[in-house]
Amino acid sequence: MKHIISALVENKPGVLAHVAGMFAARGFNIDSLVVGRTEDPDLSRMTIVVIGDDRVVEQVRKQLAKIVPVVKVQDFVGQPVVARDLMLIVVSAPPEKRPEILALIEVFRAKVVDIGQKFIMIEVSGPEAKIEAFINMCRPYGIKNVARTGTIAMPRQFKMDIREGQNST
Amino acid sequence: MASKSRRSAGSAGQSAVKTGAQIIVDTLIEQGVETMFGYTGGVVLPLFDKLYDAPINFIVPRHEQGGCHMADAYARASGKVGVIVATSGPGACNLVTGLATAMMDSVPMVALTGQVRTELIGNDAFQEADTTGITRPVTKYNSIVKDIKDLARTIREAFHIASTGRPGPVLVDLPVDVAVSKYNAKDSSEMKLPGYRIFAKGHAKQVASAAKAINKSKRPVLYVGGGVITANAAKELRELAEKAHIPVTMTLLGLGSYDQRKPESLDMLGMHGSAYANYAVQECDLLIAVGARFDDRVTGKIETFAPHAMTIHIDIDPSSISKNVRVDIPVVGDAKIILGELAQQVEYQEREDWFKKIAEWKKKFAFRYDQNSTTIKPQYVIEEICRQTTNKAVITTGVGQNQMWAAQFYKFIEPRQFISSGGLGTMGFGLPAAIGAQVAKPRATVIDIDGDHSFNMTMTELATAVEHNLPIKVCILNNGYMGMVRQWQELFYGKRYSKSYLKNPDYEAIAKAMGAVGMTVEKKDDVPGAVKKMLAEKKPCVVDFRVEAEENVWPMVPAGKSLSEMDGLDILERLI
Repeated sequence: MKHIISALVENKPGVLAHVAGMFAARGFNIDSLVVGRTEDPDLSRMTIVVIGDDRVVEQVRKQLAKIVPVVKVQDFVGQPVVARDLMLIVVSAPPEKRPEILALIEVFRAKVVDIGQKFIMIEVSGPEAKIEAFINMCRPYGIKNVARTGTIAMPRQFKMDIREGQNST
Repeated sequence: MASKSRRSAGSAGQSAVKTGAQIIVDTLIEQGVETMFGYTGGVVLPLFDKLYDAPINFIVPRHEQGGCHMADAYARASGKVGVIVATSGPGACNLVTGLATAMMDSVPMVALTGQVRTELIGNDAFQEADTTGITRPVTKYNSIVKDIKDLARTIREAFHIASTGRPGPVLVDLPVDVAVSKYNAKDSSEMKLPGYRIFAKGHAKQVASAAKAINKSKRPVLYVGGGVITANAAKELRELAEKAHIPVTMTLLGLGSYDQRKPESLDMLGMHGSAYANYAVQECDLLIAVGARFDDRVTGKIETFAPHAMTIHIDIDPSSISKNVRVDIPVVGDAKIILGELAQQVEYQEREDWFKKIAEWKKKFAFRYDQNSTTIKPQYVIEEICRQTTNKAVITTGVGQNQMWAAQFYKFIEPRQFISSGGLGTMGFGLPAAIGAQVAKPRATVIDIDGDHSFNMTMTELATAVEHNLPIKVCILNNGYMGMVRQWQELFYGKRYSKSYLKNPDYEAIAKAMGAVGMTVEKKDDVPGAVKKMLAEKKPCVVDFRVEAEENVWPMVPAGKSLSEMDGLDILERLI
């Protein structure tokens, strides 16, 4: 099962190496890991997607919490969250195909961020499934390059409507 | 463990321009450091210059690894933080085995390593190594100080982290330019550890349900590990075991937490544990694990470990709980506090059938060896040492058969009496550990029960013992083999003794050449006299016992088997 784990860590050297080293040493698999600054300059947030059964993920959570510069660890599983990936994708786009591709971009609420004679660069953000779907839709045109961020996530602030929340998009 | 930081010493609150090296020494003194171990070198010269006239007892080993084990054993014997200093590059690299040993056994240590100048870091400078990178997996925490403003605080944090919660080694890497630069040390920098929390007090509801389970149990067993000793909780353990009338089995590192002369003691459990402990665990209806971590050498095949038992697990490290086995009642907290609370809530119960069964097992499967043998049996040497020291010596060990026999045949009565590398199984630990323990307890009788090849690994430290007039005793159970490897080769590799036999030097001559006392004992009848002479020695003393070459450690749970599937029980029974 996929778990999104969010760890607030001290913003200092060696923390990423410590976290990554712990995952490697204990044989836990990282699906994706994103590190970024937060509103507090002393703290960074790591969002780590881990695949494993509950027992493995419980160990991941505890081992993360045990690392001294890790301040707080949350596992978002079973919680209503907003989870997003960001992707830049360069797709082959000869003039005759451009209308089709632009229509596709419209449907996915993506954005053209760069354009050349033969290619366009597109920015897409959204849940992982949407990113995957967009990649599949682009395949027939020819994909030149893909850069993805991995997932960042946050729990929903208003948990009144659980039904909407469970659909973690 | 409570941190005992002393904030009174000279530097605190005062304003003075100091070098980094002076700040380091002042902070060590402020943290209560009276003894430290270490080896000098290029980039630690400024620090060693300040140590020249510091009021700190300083022991220089012959190799940094030895110094690291000394600091480790000093900590295990005294309960204080062990401190080791080494230079950059090779000095720091030589600490790795010692740090990993301390990490696996949760020993509070602070390692200070020199580093090349900050502007040279990353340039492959002379004696440069990525010390924090190399030691990160073998320390509880490490960091490098690149700004003198952070120096005192980082060292303070190192002592706090090393000695609290589940203790462990903490390394601080110190570039030489930080040590020589100057700072107006108005020293009020408080610790900043937002991510470091200790859950000392157990959840009251969990403690209550644990007490209820104990009161309901007909066949309980206490399974206690090194955490009980670390937490200084032996007194509370004894109260609980006596008040609720529960038999106690100990892990290798737990030895000493319960008086092994008492009828409730089941001695050590696990691969080379007692048959009565292993049977009791397999048949108990309640297993109360305290400060232990369900290591594979303890549990055997994990799926069939304690199959009828409900499990209570008391540990200060939340990540230890439900790591290897599912636990029914987890209690996160300090063993001393929780055992104390449990002792208040439990009731005495006779548990007559349970103790009767245990007494039968104890009688039938006591640790035994062939007393009629004409050769020197290694177990006999240990029994004789135990007898002549009236169970009161501090025992250190190497790793392998010597270690298992020491654990089986010396009956410990007090915590911090048995000092051995459990988790990592570091050969060569025994001699430097004896030195560290003797420094911590100058009046104690400290004996290293060692194997010949364990001793070979670090025997250079004999020179350190001689230099400091430490009256340690080294008993080499010399069988020529790497005994435990040979035993496995005999049992599982068709007696193909591949690379496990080496030609040994003359230990008596080596001891004498180093300025220690040396003896060789070849006859069984000479053992008691030699032990007596050794105990009377004021100088370091090495006794080379030429023991039975192919003696095995019994019983033995083969790797991957259940605890109740022990080999060698027939041998024990035949020896009754």
